[in-house]
Amino acid sequence: MPSPIVHFENVRKTYKMGMVTVEALRGVTFEIQAGEYISIMGPSGCGKSTMLNLLGCLDRPSAGHYRLGGEDVSQMNDDALSAVRGSRLGFVFQSYNLIQQLTVVENIEIPLYYQDRPEDQSRDMARRMAARVGLDQRLEHKPFELSGGQQQRVAIARALVNEPLVILADEPTGNLDSSSGTEIMKLFDELHAQGKTLILVTHDPSVGQRAHRTIRLRDGEIESDVRR
Amino acid sequence: MSEDNSIQSLGDAFRGLSVVRLKRAVRLGIKSLWLHRLRSLLTMLGIVFGVCSVIAMLAIGEGASYEAQEQIKNLGSQNIILRSAKPPEEQKVSDKSSQGYVLQYGITYTDVKRIRATIPGVTIVMPTRNIREYVWNISRRVDCDIMGTVPWYPEMRNQRVIEGRFFTDNDMDARTSVCVLGAEMVPILFPVESPLGKQVRVGANYYTVIGIMEARATVANNDGGPDAAKPATHRMFIPLETARLRYGEVLMRRRAGSFEAERVQLHEITVKVESLDAVTGVAEAIKTLMERNHKKMDYEVVVPLELLKRAERTKQIFNIVLGSIAAISLLVGGIGIMNIMLASVTERTREIGIRRALGARRRDIIVQFLVETVILSGAGGILGVLLGVIIPFVVSHTAGMKTIITFWSPMLAFTISGLVGVIFGIYPAIRAAQMDPVEALRHE
Repeated sequence: MPSPIVHFENVRKTYKMGMVTVEALRGVTFEIQAGEYISIMGPSGCGKSTMLNLLGCLDRPSAGHYRLGGEDVSQMNDDALSAVRGSRLGFVFQSYNLIQQLTVVENIEIPLYYQDRPEDQSRDMARRMAARVGLDQRLEHKPFELSGGQQQRVAIARALVNEPLVILADEPTGNLDSSSGTEIMKLFDELHAQGKTLILVTHDPSVGQRAHRTIRLRDGEIESDVRR
Repeated sequence: MSEDNSIQSLGDAFRGLSVVRLKRAVRLGIKSLWLHRLRSLLTMLGIVFGVCSVIAMLAIGEGASYEAQEQIKNLGSQNIILRSAKPPEEQKVSDKSSQGYVLQYGITYTDVKRIRATIPGVTIVMPTRNIREYVWNISRRVDCDIMGTVPWYPEMRNQRVIEGRFFTDNDMDARTSVCVLGAEMVPILFPVESPLGKQVRVGANYYTVIGIMEARATVANNDGGPDAAKPATHRMFIPLETARLRYGEVLMRRRAGSFEAERVQLHEITVKVESLDAVTGVAEAIKTLMERNHKKMDYEVVVPLELLKRAERTKQIFNIVLGSIAAISLLVGGIGIMNIMLASVTERTREIGIRRALGARRRDIIVQFLVETVILSGAGGILGVLLGVIIPFVVSHTAGMKTIITFWSPMLAFTISGLVGVIFGIYPAIRAAQMDPVEALRHE
């Protein structure tokens, strides 16, 4: 059996809010293999966001270990975590999170920017990614000139451009109408077919069901882990 | 989550900073500043005015003090000048008993002898007599100070004879009727022809013009200079011995209903001291000597070197005042920049979160914001230097004031404006970098 890409081992996360200590995750253990298509679901307040922040190396667990691509990232310092985010992870957010003053192609370039790629090379890669999500006619447009579905495509292109180990999507269809949502989900299916590892965090069952495996959280613990 | 030390992350910001990344940061900075053109411009203005006022004020101040120093140098920094002055109490007396009273005061020939005999280190003593009279060329007339003096006057006063010659020892001994005109009066008396060899009339006497003296630098009112009180008058030079022969020692002055007479032997003597170091000592010695021999304060001692030192001190104080004004205005400009950058950081919290999520390290964020402030203050500095160079230029052409832009003042002003950018940019940049990416992404 190949070593897992994501390995959570008894991960806990507690927040101190004034006098009260909130346990957002109470010892979560699971593995994700390369090429898996996973959705993480659960009601609000179940620890989904915390899980996403930990998976995305935006935050560090209070206890336990998180190995990403075989490397323990749970105790890395801020700079190292930045490097991990930039080179191994791709983010797709609910509200697209594009930088408004930059053009489509410049937005896609951002992760490469922080990895000191030569400029013409990164421009090329960004163009290729834009073509892959069907936006090669919109390279010089600003985000506000695009529809929601197109903006989300830009975000996906940006998540793909650094060829990450894992793509994390946080409610990717939450701000979209159903037809653009379906298009985005089709795009995810295609990516999965190309062998990408996808993690979707959502509370929308119709979205969650497209994944091949669903982890349900409740009160900071794994309630179920179902493969289809 | 443990926070990295902010100072350390600032230090890190410049390690591992590649040229490529810096170039991109500059381009990005320009882009986001350009996005808010008006705001950037207004922010810059503080620095622009700060820098421009520093340069302009320094240039004007430098010009003014240069002129003052030139005038003092014209008096000769190795010279000590003694002038006759009418003692104030005598003035009252003469006003009361205005008839037939001859007022006697001032420096005497004996004084000159005493100085020569008793004070060492004195090379030349140059006496001068001043007589105020009209000088005529046929029907043209000039109100003039006629100065009876010695042949070495031009050399001691750093003044040149621009045409013809000054009178010589022979002229002195022979008491010839020759004169040298100040350049200021030449066009009035001789509008067409050259005055050389022509004759001018003073009272009943005729003098042959043998030379023209260069024009004096216009007298600005520097502090305490005795020349400052008088307007720049016309001057005519004649040999001292000739003056003694023609005018004797009693001067008559008509007033409404009365006349007064003054007996003044010498109006001015200039003492040249051998070395600059000795000037102060000799000046003291002369003052003591004069005090012992004159009961009244009917003379004054002018030491150009002291004036020069005083002028330099004034300039120093002036520079300190200017410096603090400049510092304050740059400080205000800097605070303006910091204020805007803090607002900008808050406004762009989301962007910071996105960049952090996509792999930006803290140092990348610091560099991004710092570059923006430095661009702002640097551009402000350049604009300020341009304005600061143009303003003195305009002033000197319209107001006729002399301005000097020293090489270092734009450099200094520009460097300081850059530093202001760094200093006031650091805090907002660190604040941006210290943001928790999770929080920043959630920011609306």
